[in-house]
Amino acid sequence: MMPETSAPTAAERLVRRADELRRRLPPDFRDQVVTSLYAEAGRIVNRVVRTRPGRRLSWEQRIDRLVTSPVFGLPLMLALLALVFWITIVGANYPSSLLARGLFAIEAHAAAWFEAWGAPWWLTGFLWHGVYRGLAWVISVMLPPMAIFFPLFTILEDLGYLPRVAFNLDWLFRKAGAHGKQALTMAMGFGCNAAGVIATRVIDSPRERLIAILTNNFVPCNGRFPTLIMLASVFVAAAFPPALASLAAAGAVVGIVLLGAVFTLIVSWGLARTVLRGEASAFTLELPPYRRPSILRILYTSIIDRTIFVLLRAMATAAPAGAVIWLLANIHAGSASLAQHVASFLDPLGHAIGLDGVILLAYIIAIPANEIVVPTMLMVYLGTGMMIELESLDQLRALLVDGHSWTLLTAVCLMLFALLHNPCGTTILTIWKETRSAKWTLLGALLPLALGFLVTFAVAQAVRAWG
Amino acid sequence: MSTPFPSGHDCSHCPAGAQLAQMGIELSHHDHLVALAGNPNTGKSSVFNALTGLKQHVGNWPGKTVTRAEGAFAYRGLHYKLVDLPGTYSLMSASQDEQVARDFILFGQPDCTVVVMDATALERNLNLTLQVLEITGRVVACVNLMDEAERKGIDVDVRALSRELGVPAVPTVARTGRGLHELVETIAGVVSGAIPTRPRKWRQNPALERAVEQLVPLIEEVAPGLPSARWVAYRLLDGDHTIRQSLLTGELARLAAAQSAPAASGSRLIALEGGQ
Repeated sequence: MMPETSAPTAAERLVRRADELRRRLPPDFRDQVVTSLYAEAGRIVNRVVRTRPGRRLSWEQRIDRLVTSPVFGLPLMLALLALVFWITIVGANYPSSLLARGLFAIEAHAAAWFEAWGAPWWLTGFLWHGVYRGLAWVISVMLPPMAIFFPLFTILEDLGYLPRVAFNLDWLFRKAGAHGKQALTMAMGFGCNAAGVIATRVIDSPRERLIAILTNNFVPCNGRFPTLIMLASVFVAAAFPPALASLAAAGAVVGIVLLGAVFTLIVSWGLARTVLRGEASAFTLELPPYRRPSILRILYTSIIDRTIFVLLRAMATAAPAGAVIWLLANIHAGSASLAQHVASFLDPLGHAIGLDGVILLAYIIAIPANEIVVPTMLMVYLGTGMMIELESLDQLRALLVDGHSWTLLTAVCLMLFALLHNPCGTTILTIWKETRSAKWTLLGALLPLALGFLVTFAVAQAVRAWG
Repeated sequence: MSTPFPSGHDCSHCPAGAQLAQMGIELSHHDHLVALAGNPNTGKSSVFNALTGLKQHVGNWPGKTVTRAEGAFAYRGLHYKLVDLPGTYSLMSASQDEQVARDFILFGQPDCTVVVMDATALERNLNLTLQVLEITGRVVACVNLMDEAERKGIDVDVRALSRELGVPAVPTVARTGRGLHELVETIAGVVSGAIPTRPRKWRQNPALERAVEQLVPLIEEVAPGLPSARWVAYRLLDGDHTIRQSLLTGELARLAAAQSAPAASGSRLIALEGGQ
C-alpha cells in the first residue's frame, strides 16, 4: 500500500495529465474511437459469421433503405402518422357516441332516483351533474381514441420504427443545436408529456436534455388530442364533402402536429443560441432489427400501461374539476353565476387572441389535466352548469356556432392554443422532479404559454385586419 | 414458456441441470456476483428469467429502465447473485442507462460479466462486447437467438468467436432453455478461474493509443492492480466525471486493492444506485 498522503497528489497529477493529453487529441477523436471499434467488430464478424444467401435479410435491408431514405423517409413518416390519426378518428366516432349515450342515460336515471328519494337539488346536481358528468365526459371522449391510438402506436414502437424516425430527423435537430434522440422523447410525448419529459433521460448531455424537456410540450399529448380531433371533425371536416371529411380532419391534426414540430425546432434553435448555448453532440443510434410485434404484449402495454393509466389519471382530475365547474356555474352573485362573472372578466383578453372568456376559464380549470377543457367549456356555455347530451357532432357545431358565435377563426385559434399553452400540472411537476430547478420549471411552464398568446394574437389580428 | 430447468430427476441427460436451482429473489447471502449486460432486444431478460425463475417485465424503450433487476440462482452448492443491467448499445456515452451499466461493471466488481448477444446482428452486438472486454476480462459471451439466426441463414462459428474474443462463448436459445446449462457451467468456470480468459483489446487510432499508453502507468501508480487501467484511461480522456472523481477521492484505488486481494466477493459490492 502507498502512504496516504502521496495518493491524492498522484491522482491529481494523473487527472491533470489526462486533461493535457485530451486537449492535444484530434477534435474528432470520439468519432475515431467509434470507427475503430466498428472496424474491429467488422473484422471479427468476417471471420466468425457466414451468411447463406437468404431472402429475409435483404428484405429487411430493402425496407430500411426505403424507411430511412433521404427522399422517402419523411413523407413516409407523415403518411404513417396521418394513417394512424385517420384510423383513430374514424374508429373512435361510433364507440364514443355509444359510450356517451350509455353513461348519460345512467346519469339521467340516477338523478331521477335521487329526486324520487327526496334528495336536495344541490346534492343531485353536485354529484350527478357535476362530478359524475365530468367523469362520463372524460371516459366517452378519451377512452375510444386512446384504445385505438395507443395499440397502433405500440405496434410502430414494437416493430422498431421509432428509432428510424429519430434517424430521419437527426439532421434537423442537429441544425437546431439539439440532440437527435429528442425525436424519441417527442414520440413519447404523444402519449403523455410527463412521460416524454422522463424519457429525455436517454439524452446524454444535460444541455440537450434540458432543451428536450423544455420543448416536449409542443407535442400535443393524448389529453389534447380529443380537443384537436373534435375541432378538426366539427369545423375542418364540415368544410369538405363527406367522402373526404375524415381525411381532411386527419390532415388537420397532422398539420397541428407538424406545426408543433416546427415550434420545437425553432424554440430548440433559440435556446441553443441563448440560455443553453453549445454544440450538438454526436451519438450513435443503432437501428434495432425489425421484430414481429407480439400481439399480447402490445395489448398489455397499450391497454394496461398506457390507456388505463392515462384514463385513471384523467378521471382523478375530472371528478374534482366537474365539481368545481358545477359550483362555479351554480353559485350566483347578483344575476349571474360565478362562472359567468369570471368569463366576462376574461372576455377582452380572450377576444384579442381569437378566443373568448369561457375558453380561457376552461383552460384555467383544466390546468391539472388538459383532457377536461372541452367538457368544461361546454358546461359553462350552457350556463346551467349542466351539459346537454350531445349525441352528434352536428349538435355540437350548432351549439358553438349559433349559440356562441364561434367562427372558423375561433376553431383555428383554439387548435393553436391547444398546441401552445402551459403544460398540465403533472408535466410541470415532472419537469421539476427531473431538473430540480425552479428556474427551468418556470421557463418550461411559461415559454409555451407566452408563445401561445403571441401566435393566437397574431393570427386573430391578422385575420380580422384582412376582414 | 417451457421450463428450462426441469426438476433434477427428469434431467438425466444434462449433467448441469441436476445441480442448478432457481432461487428467485432469495438474495440474503451469495458467494459470487454475476452481471448480465447486452444490447436491448437480445433476450437478456429471458436469460435472467430462465436462470433465476423470476418473471421480469420486459420493457422496450432504451432509457426507460435505468435501474437494475436482481435475482439469484444456485449451482453446485454455490450461490450466485445475478444483476440484470439496463440494455445498452454502448458504454461510451453519458446517458443514465449506460452509466448504470458501466459503473456496475467497473465498480460493482462482478466476478463474471455475461454479455448477451443477438446472433442475428453480431456486428452491432460486438461493439458492446468489445467495450466490456476493455473493462474486464472475466466475461462470458452468450450468443443468444441462435434459432432466429439459423432461420435467417446466418451461421455463427461460436468456437471461432471465442478464439477471437479470448473469452468463452456459449450458443443459446434462452426462450426454450437451449444452451443455458452450458452457460451456467461456463459462468462457474470463469468465476472459479478454471476457465482462463485472455480478453481481446481493440486497436485504436495511433494518437489515442499513445495518450492511453502515457496514462496507464500513472493509473497503475494510483490504483495498483486495477485490471481495467486502459479503460480508465479512455474514460479520463473522454472527460468522464465519475471516473475522475473516483480517482481523486481514492475510491478506485480502494477498489483495485480489494480486487487484487483473494476472492471474498460477497461483501465487496458497492451500492451505486444511490449516487444517481
